[in-house]
Amino acid sequence: MPNPSSEIPRLEARGIRKVYPAVVANDDVNLSVMPGEIHAVVGENGAGKSTLMKLIYGVAHPDAGEILWEGKAVKIKNPAQAREMGIGMVFQHFSLFETLTVAQNVALALPGKFDLVALARRIEEVSERYGLPVDPRRLVHALSVGERQRVEIVRCLLSDPRLLILDEPTSVLTPQAVRKLFETLRQLAAEGRSILYISHKLDEIQELCHTATVLRGGKVVGSCKPAEETPQTIARMMIGEDLPVCQHGNDSAGGEVRLRIDGLSRASGDPFGTDLKDIHLEVRSGEIVGIAGVSGNGQQELLLAISGEEPVRDRNHIQICGVPAGRMHSGRRRGLGMCFVPEDRLGRGAVPSLTLTENTLLTAHRHGMLSKGLIRFKKARRFAEDCIARFDVKCGGTESEAKSLSGGNLQKFIVGREIMQDPKVLVLAQPTWGVDVGAASFIRRSLIDLRNRGAAILVISEELEEIFEIADRIVVIAKGRLSPTKVISQTGVEEIGIWMSGMWPGAEAREDGSHVA
Amino acid sequence: MWLKFEPRTEPSRSMRYLSPALAVVLMLICGLVLFSVLGKSPLEGFKVFFRNPLKDAYGVSELFLKATPLMLCAVGVSVGFRANIWNIGGEGQLLIGALAGGWVALHFGHSSSPLLLPSMVLAGALGGMLWASIPALLRTRFNANELLTSLMMVYIAQLVVSWLVHGPWKDPDGFNFPQTKQFEANALLPILKEGTRLNAAFILALGSLVVGWVFMNRSFLGYQMKVAGQAENASRYAGFSAKRTIWFGMLAGGAMAGIAGLSEVAGPMGQITEHISPGYGFAAMIVAYLGRLNPVGIFFSSLLMALLYLGGEQAQQYLNLPSSISNVFQGLLLFFLLGSDVFVYFRPRFVRRKK
Repeated sequence: MPNPSSEIPRLEARGIRKVYPAVVANDDVNLSVMPGEIHAVVGENGAGKSTLMKLIYGVAHPDAGEILWEGKAVKIKNPAQAREMGIGMVFQHFSLFETLTVAQNVALALPGKFDLVALARRIEEVSERYGLPVDPRRLVHALSVGERQRVEIVRCLLSDPRLLILDEPTSVLTPQAVRKLFETLRQLAAEGRSILYISHKLDEIQELCHTATVLRGGKVVGSCKPAEETPQTIARMMIGEDLPVCQHGNDSAGGEVRLRIDGLSRASGDPFGTDLKDIHLEVRSGEIVGIAGVSGNGQQELLLAISGEEPVRDRNHIQICGVPAGRMHSGRRRGLGMCFVPEDRLGRGAVPSLTLTENTLLTAHRHGMLSKGLIRFKKARRFAEDCIARFDVKCGGTESEAKSLSGGNLQKFIVGREIMQDPKVLVLAQPTWGVDVGAASFIRRSLIDLRNRGAAILVISEELEEIFEIADRIVVIAKGRLSPTKVISQTGVEEIGIWMSGMWPGAEAREDGSHVA
Repeated sequence: MWLKFEPRTEPSRSMRYLSPALAVVLMLICGLVLFSVLGKSPLEGFKVFFRNPLKDAYGVSELFLKATPLMLCAVGVSVGFRANIWNIGGEGQLLIGALAGGWVALHFGHSSSPLLLPSMVLAGALGGMLWASIPALLRTRFNANELLTSLMMVYIAQLVVSWLVHGPWKDPDGFNFPQTKQFEANALLPILKEGTRLNAAFILALGSLVVGWVFMNRSFLGYQMKVAGQAENASRYAGFSAKRTIWFGMLAGGAMAGIAGLSEVAGPMGQITEHISPGYGFAAMIVAYLGRLNPVGIFFSSLLMALLYLGGEQAQQYLNLPSSISNVFQGLLLFFLLGSDVFVYFRPRFVRRKK
C-alpha cells in the first residue's frame, strides 16, 4: 500500500484548465497520484475524464495549470515524450493490426532496433511475470478481445512505465477475466507503479482502487477512498443527486412470439468476423431478452441479420410478428413494426452532417412525415422536439447537426426516436454504451415501460449488469453460437460468466480457444 | 520541412460557398497572366474575353443559349453526385439524346401536331436515359464502377453519331457533308425573342432548376439520396434501397443530358452533325461543382461557364488565339476550385522532418 505522506507524488496536476470551442472540458482540476497507488478517475460522460488523460498523455495541451512529474514541472508535448518519461496508456479501443503477429505489432510501437526474436523473448518474460498469457507468434486476428487487451498492456509494460493509464479496461471482459486483470494490476502497483484507472463501474472501483477522484462538469467535485464508500455514495458525487432506481417489475413470461430466429447459420462477410451457427431464439411480446457475450463473438453478424442490413437467404430463418422476413431489407422489416438501435451512432444510427430533424426522418418517416413523396418538415420537427424533450437530449435544438451532440446525448436521441415509434419488436445493441449513469438508468426505465406496454425487446449488451438489471430472460453468444436461454431469476453472474467463454451444458467441445477471453 | 494536410474538424460553412468565388478570381488572375505571356495585353484580353460577349442584348441571349445545355446537364448530374453516383458520361448521354430526339424530328418533322415538340423532348430524355442505364445496370448487377463505364460509353456514343451522319442518316442532298437533313420548321424549338437564337429550351432549363431544387430539398427520394451519399451505413440501416438510388441518380443525369442534346439539334443547329456538343457534358460537371450541387448555384455557374465558351470564340476572332483557350480556362477553374476546397476541408501545416 502506498504511503502518501512520505513521498513525492509520481504525478501531480495543479489547476488544469482546458477549453474547447464549445465547452470548458477541464476547469481547475487537481489530481495527485502516488507511487504504487491505483487511482480511479470517475465521472459521467462529458465530465472531462478523457480530456484530463489526453493532457497527461500529451495528446492535447492544457490552457492553464501545470503538470508535475515526480516533483518537477513538465510540459508534455506529445505521447512519444510521455512514453519516454514513463507514462503508458491502454486505450479503450485497441490499435492493433489484425494481419500481423503479436510481436510484430509490439515492434511497431517500440523505438530502437527491430529484432523480432529478442522481442518475442521479452514479451514472453513480461507476460509470464505478470500473469498475462500472450503468445508473441500468433496473429492478432485470431485473438479474443481479452487477449488483445493483454497485448496492449504487455506492449505498455515493455517500456517499463511508472504510470499506467487504463481507459475503461473491463468493458470487453468476462467477469472471470476482470478478476485476472485486477490481480495483474495489483501486482503492478505492488512494484511501485502508479495506475490511473478510468471507469464508470463503481463496484469495480470499490474493489480495486485505493483512491478516487470524482469529476463532474469538468471540475473535481470530490475525492474519496472507495473502500470507505458505497457505490451509491460515489454515484451521488458523480451526478450530484441520488441515482434513480430502476423498477424491473415482475418477471414476465411473455405473450405471443414477435421475433423468431430459426436455424440461422451464416458465414461472416468479414474475413476476421465470426460465423453464425444454427441460431434459434424467440422473443415474445411483453418480455426483454438479453444476449450477453464478450464482443466479437458474432454479435455484429447477428445484428446485421436481424435488422435486415444484411438479409439472409432463407426467408423463414427470421420471422417478425409471424411474417417470414429473412429476405426483407431493413426498411420492410421496419414496416412490420420492428425498430432497431445499432451500436454505431454516427454514420449508422444517425447521419453526422444532417440535423436532428432530418435524422428523425431516417427511420420515423412512416409516422405521417411524408405526403405525396414530399417531406412534411413540420411534422418531423415536432417529432424531434418531442424526442429531445422526453429523452432529455442536450443539444442546440432540432436544427443541430447530429455530429455536434456528445455520444451519450446522440444515443438518447436515437433510442428515443426508436421507442417513440411504438415498435412491436425493438432490437438494441449496447443501448447505454458510453451514456452517463443518469441517462443510462432513464433509458433502461423506458425500455421496461415499453415492455410493459407489450413490446418484444431484444438487447445485445456487453455489460452483464445491464442485462441482469432489465432482462426477463438471458442467453449467451459465444463463437457464433447461442446458449440455451435462462430465466434471469434462475441464474447468476457466475454461471453466465462461464457460459460467456462458450462452456454451457451441451456445447460442443471447441476446436480451439480462439474466441475465449 | 514537410507540408502536411490535416482534416479540419469543422469546415467553415461560409468558406464552402466562398471557395467557388475564390476559384473564379484565381482563374481570372491566372488568365490575365496567360494573356500577357502569350504577348497580348491582359486588359485587352480581359475585355475581349469577358466583356465583349455581353456588350449587347444579342450577346446576352447567346449567353443564355449556351448556358441552357449546361444547366440541364449540371442539374441532372448533381442529383447523382449528391448520392456519390459518379455519372461522368453526360456527354455521351447528351449525344444519344440528340440522336433520339433528332430521329423523331427527322421522321415526323412535317407533322403539325402540337405533340411533335413534346415527343421530341421525351425522346431526347429517353435516349439519354437509355445510355445512362447501361452503366447503371453494370453497377447494380456486377458492381462495375460507373465512373469508368459511363466515361467509356461517351466514346461509343461519339462513334455512333459519327457513323450515322457519315452513313445511314446522311443528307442525300448535302454535298456529302457528314450531316443530316435540316429539320422542318415545325420540329425546331420556338424562338423566345425575335432576332436571337434563344429558344424554349432555356425555359425548360430554368424549370429543371426549380424541379431539381424541390427534388433535392423537399422530396423524400432526394433525402434518401442525400443520406446514401453521406452515410452509406445509415442508408442501409434505414432500409433505403441502394439500387434505387443508383438507378435514379444515373437516369436523372441521363434524362437531363438527353434533353440538353435535343435542345442543341432542335435549337441552334437545326440538324444533326458530327459536332453536336463542344463538351457540354463534361463542362457540366465543373458547373455542378462550382454551383455546389445546388440548383441556385448551378444557375450562376452555368452562366459563367457559358461566358467562357463565348469568350473563347471572341478570343479566337479578335486575339488570334486558338479556341482551346476556353478549355484552358475551364481547366484553370476546376483546378482552383478543387484546390480551394482542399483548404476548406484541410488545414495545411509545416512540420519539421524527424531524423
